[in-house]
Amino acid sequence: MHIIENGNVAAALGVKLCRAGVIAAYPITPQTPLTEKLSEYVESGDMKAEYIPVESEHSALAVCIAASSAGARVFTATSANGLLYMHEQVQWASGARLPIVMCVVNRAVGAPWNVWNDQQDSISQRDTGWIQIYCSDHQQIIDTVIKAYWLAEKVSIPVMVCYDGYILSHTYMPFDVPDQNTVDAFLPPFQPPYALDPDEPANLNTVTLPDVRLDVRGELAHGYMEIRYLLQEDLRLALSDAAEAEKRFAQYFGRGGDPYIEPYRCEDADFIAVGLGSLTYQLRTCVDQLRQEGICVGVMGVRYYRPFPDTIIAGALKGKKGVIVFEKALSYGYEGALASDLKSALYEHLAGTGSLPPVQNFIAGIGGREIRTEDLTRMLRAATQGRVSQEPFWIGLKL
Amino acid sequence: MGTRKYRRKTSHSEHGPGDGGRTGSWRVERPVLDPSLCIPCKRNKEACFICWLFCPEVVVSRTIPPTFDLEYCKGCGICAEECPTKAITMVDESKFSDREKHQE
Amino acid sequence: MQVKTNILRLPTQEFVHPGTRACTGCGLAIAYRIGLKALGKDTILVVPPSCLTVLQGLFPVASTKLPCLNVTFASTAAAASGVLATLKVRGNDHTTVAAWAGDGGTGDIGLQALSGAAERGDNFIYFCYDNEGYMNTGVQRSGTTPIGAITANTPFKGKMQQKKDVPAIMAAHKLSYVAACSAAYPLDLYDKIKNCLHLPGTKYFHIHIPCPPGWGYDPRHGIKIGRLAVETGYYDLYEIVNGQFRLTAASEKLLEKRKLTPVREYFHAQSRFKVLTDEQISDIQSHIDAKWANYYKKDEC
Repeated sequence: MHIIENGNVAAALGVKLCRAGVIAAYPITPQTPLTEKLSEYVESGDMKAEYIPVESEHSALAVCIAASSAGARVFTATSANGLLYMHEQVQWASGARLPIVMCVVNRAVGAPWNVWNDQQDSISQRDTGWIQIYCSDHQQIIDTVIKAYWLAEKVSIPVMVCYDGYILSHTYMPFDVPDQNTVDAFLPPFQPPYALDPDEPANLNTVTLPDVRLDVRGELAHGYMEIRYLLQEDLRLALSDAAEAEKRFAQYFGRGGDPYIEPYRCEDADFIAVGLGSLTYQLRTCVDQLRQEGICVGVMGVRYYRPFPDTIIAGALKGKKGVIVFEKALSYGYEGALASDLKSALYEHLAGTGSLPPVQNFIAGIGGREIRTEDLTRMLRAATQGRVSQEPFWIGLKL
Repeated sequence: MGTRKYRRKTSHSEHGPGDGGRTGSWRVERPVLDPSLCIPCKRNKEACFICWLFCPEVVVSRTIPPTFDLEYCKGCGICAEECPTKAITMVDESKFSDREKHQE
Repeated sequence: MQVKTNILRLPTQEFVHPGTRACTGCGLAIAYRIGLKALGKDTILVVPPSCLTVLQGLFPVASTKLPCLNVTFASTAAAASGVLATLKVRGNDHTTVAAWAGDGGTGDIGLQALSGAAERGDNFIYFCYDNEGYMNTGVQRSGTTPIGAITANTPFKGKMQQKKDVPAIMAAHKLSYVAACSAAYPLDLYDKIKNCLHLPGTKYFHIHIPCPPGWGYDPRHGIKIGRLAVETGYYDLYEIVNGQFRLTAASEKLLEKRKLTPVREYFHAQSRFKVLTDEQISDIQSHIDAKWANYYKKDEC
């Protein structure tokens, strides 16, 4: 069924179709309409779920962690400082191997206060062991939520579905809402490997030791290091599960492409612009313009940011004359996080082969600063002609 | 031989005694019961059992007479202190020849 | 039908194994052991970092025979709400959700989540075991540490502030049930648990827990010291059922007896109070006397 709705509603519809059983909700701009929509579904009886209006974001994820540990499919959403407030729990959820799906509606972080879009909030969580997927339009939002539950439950790792605040959350686009029966077939009910149960008592997430130790059956159990290693190992293996999710989704719903990257006019391009989220769609306009000028550029959206699809990205950028990374966040004290990870992947796979492209890094849209297409075009053009700056270059800065 | 084949990937504990090891090795004195003063012993029926009630370590048995699991008894002395007839006394470990048995 | 048990009628089933890492003579171990007997097998526990985490055991060995979820320090009550939500969504209305947190994890860092859960009326039972300090991390002062107590970070002058009255804060949420208990009176704790489980919303229990290393006494005197706290009228055993306050057990008996043991006996039994001056003790005594004068008056009405 095709409808025209905003990105937050797209996400809410995804959660409803996935039959989440426990929803924790705390308001924060620009996520709020998402959880408000879910409250409408729950109160009208359209959705059979427990809706917990918690008193903080830290508690929102605490509710999800506990409810998931007891065997329910769960959901929460947040932005910016809300995500930062729940950071302790974000780390907890992945270490506890819980298949939580959380939408992060990207917004700038304080201090100082800013309610508009950039990606500093989710980027700052990239080390936490969650799967991170960035959406570029409303169809991707609803589809990714559905795929996220399947993937999370397959690999027992939580998934952050990220989309740009206001630019996607509050704008209206047409998109297809999958039919419930097909979603039910794609995503069967949650079957956790263990759920808290008085008939099968266990103590979860208690203190672990630096070293391994015998359990009550006389078997050698992991130490903390092994448990954390297994998270890393399973995250890296999740790259292939992500491809499987995509393929499976395509079988059921008839759409889907490459899970990791979204290339546009990249095959014959000399220069590739790279970005996360809706910015990459805006860059398509720049690419089309520059192509008309005879400059051979393409743009590649990165969808899976964690686990980082290093092999795929290096393969797609191999031998290119230049890579230009546009980001709405950075790792303060150095450079854009995506640029760093991308350079690391290129170095890892292409160093010494003669096909290692130079990389430039642009920062844009911080705190919702308007990103004008003509500015992007101008910087992209300049970047194809030479190195614009040694340090990451901030587009639209008005110092 | 590592833990690759271990059945769980998370911190998931099953229950059993002695998480703290042989906690009997902690004590410096142990409880000794004089059945001639012990109420359930004298009456030969269920009675009192205050020592069983207050033991923090679950090492006092609810039997006639109550016995002490010396593998785990930490020698806190609460049973001796609370016994209404002073049937239990705390005696220095050095008085017992089996004290090495309860060392780590 | 109100339960009033005695030792011989107490269930014999144990839900805790011996050989835990708890300190010798730990007051929590007593309250926890008897509390679990009242809760029974059909229970899921939620526990933040605290002495109980250690008592419950280090991975992969657990000392408790019930399912338990360890959670972050500030989130105990929120996690309890989460477990409850899953039970509800699965149509399970019989399993009890019980949170056990320390005084720091309840009245300090955990207060926000607890207040939220209480306001939402989430139907679980919450136990605050109050050993009056952050004991697990080495006896640092908490909101419920009493005035004058020496702790690791009030090492010379003792705590300068009053003990936070957390049960009163919880009573202000208009809960169906708030109780003040003590490890020294385990049967009172047992009865209160049994008698409140059918009541709606969040049930709050505050349990006074003598702590040998934290309070400074020979472990064998733990129960005696817990009793002294009550017999001096310093710490009261009570319950508030739908807003109605009443003293229970030994505190109720004090209403008839009309005689309180001087509170200095309680303070002198613990080395943590060694810097409490006679003036301060006298001041505390007059507050206790005033509180009890009020109780006597209400009792007469």
